[in-house]
Amino acid sequence: MAEQLGGAVTDYRSIAAMWIRASLAYPVSFWVMTVGGGLTTALDFVGLWLMFHTIDSLGGFTLTEIGLLYGASGIGIGIADLLIGSVERIGAHVRMGTLDTMMVRPVRLLVQVCADQFQLRRVSRIVQALVVFAWAGWFVEWTPARVLVALEMVVAGSVIFFCLFVIFSCVQFWTADASEFANAFTYGGNTVTQYPLSVFPRELVKSLTFVLPLAFVNWYPCLYLLGRPDPFGLPQWLQFAAPVPAALLVVLSAVVWRAGVRHYTSTGS
Amino acid sequence: MSLIDVKDLERTFVVRRRNGRFARTRTEVRAVQDLTFQVGAGEMVGYIGPNGAGKSTTIKMLTGILVPTGGHLQVAGLEPSRRRTELARRIGVVFGQRTTLWWDLPLRDSFELLQKIYRIPPDRYRTNLEEYVELLSLGDLLDTPVRQLSLGQRMRGDIVAALLHDPEILYLDEPTIGLDVVSKGRLRDFLRTLNAERGTTLLLTTHDLQDIEALCRRVIVIDRGTAVFDGDLADLHRHGGSMRTLVVDLVDEAAPIVVAGAVIRRVEGPRQWLSFPTDASAAPLVAAVAATYDVADLSIQEPDIEDVIRELYSR
Repeated sequence: MAEQLGGAVTDYRSIAAMWIRASLAYPVSFWVMTVGGGLTTALDFVGLWLMFHTIDSLGGFTLTEIGLLYGASGIGIGIADLLIGSVERIGAHVRMGTLDTMMVRPVRLLVQVCADQFQLRRVSRIVQALVVFAWAGWFVEWTPARVLVALEMVVAGSVIFFCLFVIFSCVQFWTADASEFANAFTYGGNTVTQYPLSVFPRELVKSLTFVLPLAFVNWYPCLYLLGRPDPFGLPQWLQFAAPVPAALLVVLSAVVWRAGVRHYTSTGS
Repeated sequence: MSLIDVKDLERTFVVRRRNGRFARTRTEVRAVQDLTFQVGAGEMVGYIGPNGAGKSTTIKMLTGILVPTGGHLQVAGLEPSRRRTELARRIGVVFGQRTTLWWDLPLRDSFELLQKIYRIPPDRYRTNLEEYVELLSLGDLLDTPVRQLSLGQRMRGDIVAALLHDPEILYLDEPTIGLDVVSKGRLRDFLRTLNAERGTTLLLTTHDLQDIEALCRRVIVIDRGTAVFDGDLADLHRHGGSMRTLVVDLVDEAAPIVVAGAVIRRVEGPRQWLSFPTDASAAPLVAAVAATYDVADLSIQEPDIEDVIRELYSR
């Protein structure tokens, strides 16, 4: 098992390295895209910042507190998008037949699909989120327990976004083209988590906890980092529970992925 | 035991067609049925048939991409769809119409990546690469980005890519499609050498009868999902009763040519068409015609695979 996983990681790195080299075959294009993408994401937070010129708090949260939420969610989706964002191209692989060429190689299909078209420039998004998180983190009173929860948040958050990417992209095994469907949940989810959930109705927050567990990406752990009680009065243990929904989603995405591949191998289109 | 063992193989597809706003009809299409054949190690087999006969479906099942709906299938002792990744190390696949090489990078980079993911030992990789590059004269092209290669060069690159890990079986799907005569010839020579020296088993699908003639002693013809012929190429011609055509351009218009061993098919001014059995030599016929008539030009038309198969069915 560990050996298999190690092999998968090695294969992933080899394939991703090829795509990095391939993208550097057009250096101008690479840098224009990287800098352009970096500027776009950098401006993203400026919008929130400008908003706070006219308001003092949003849902009871200050700008630095929202920066923490924003940064944490951005790091999570940034890492997931960098490492496995290409999974949303499953439909294209099905239509163009490239899935077949991947299937006759001795590398796990998911590894190949995720490493395909690896785009190093997606790093810029992680950098931007890290900068915002570091700035907002300056105002947090750090304790060893809070550092641990912060680390747990980043890992679990990435894993949750990972799984959402995989699960919703798998729909394309049946539809052959619906990459926007996955985006609604992943990038859409990211947008929702950029705001303190206290601005949303209780029912929505509950479903973001127990149905589509995006609240664990940043909301609950950040409440702990900020030492704030839950505005909805939900139990405090939720603030440490992020690994649980992450683990459940891993199992679920493995099941969905397998079902998708089985559907492909049993219909051939 | 045979390397490829196919018995009563069946693959059906469900096709849903909309008719009207809500009504949908669900029809089952049998792409492959009652397909049985064995291929031994070291054989070179041509797998031919008209479009839509089930060739690609069979190859997909043999490589584990598609799960059969019935029958029995074993390749190198493995059930392909269950052990696909394991099987991948022991087979090579060349899809004629789509490349597995990295478009923007030099050929060499694609090969090096394959070395990594197939875990080919470095010395093994080096000897194989040297040998194949030499045989397919790709030496000067190793550092050229794949997108700058011609179709023929890219095809040769794809074939090297499929062979670096020493597969026991090489599947070639339309390997010579779109290639010029010289490239085709070179490729055939290479495949023959590969089979003779390494004992690699070859299964190729093609529309080009000359591929088969140059390479395969054995032919499996598939039509409507089932094997209708399995045997020698010479037998296929005899079986199908296909004919070659000698086109004679005479200096002047003349009465239909009368010559032993051929039948006149058509006359159009000074041009006449004579057909003769495929297993007969054209040389004595040409000599006989040239001895009696004033010939301006001659050419021979081979029956194409579609004709042979059509003949096979018209009886």
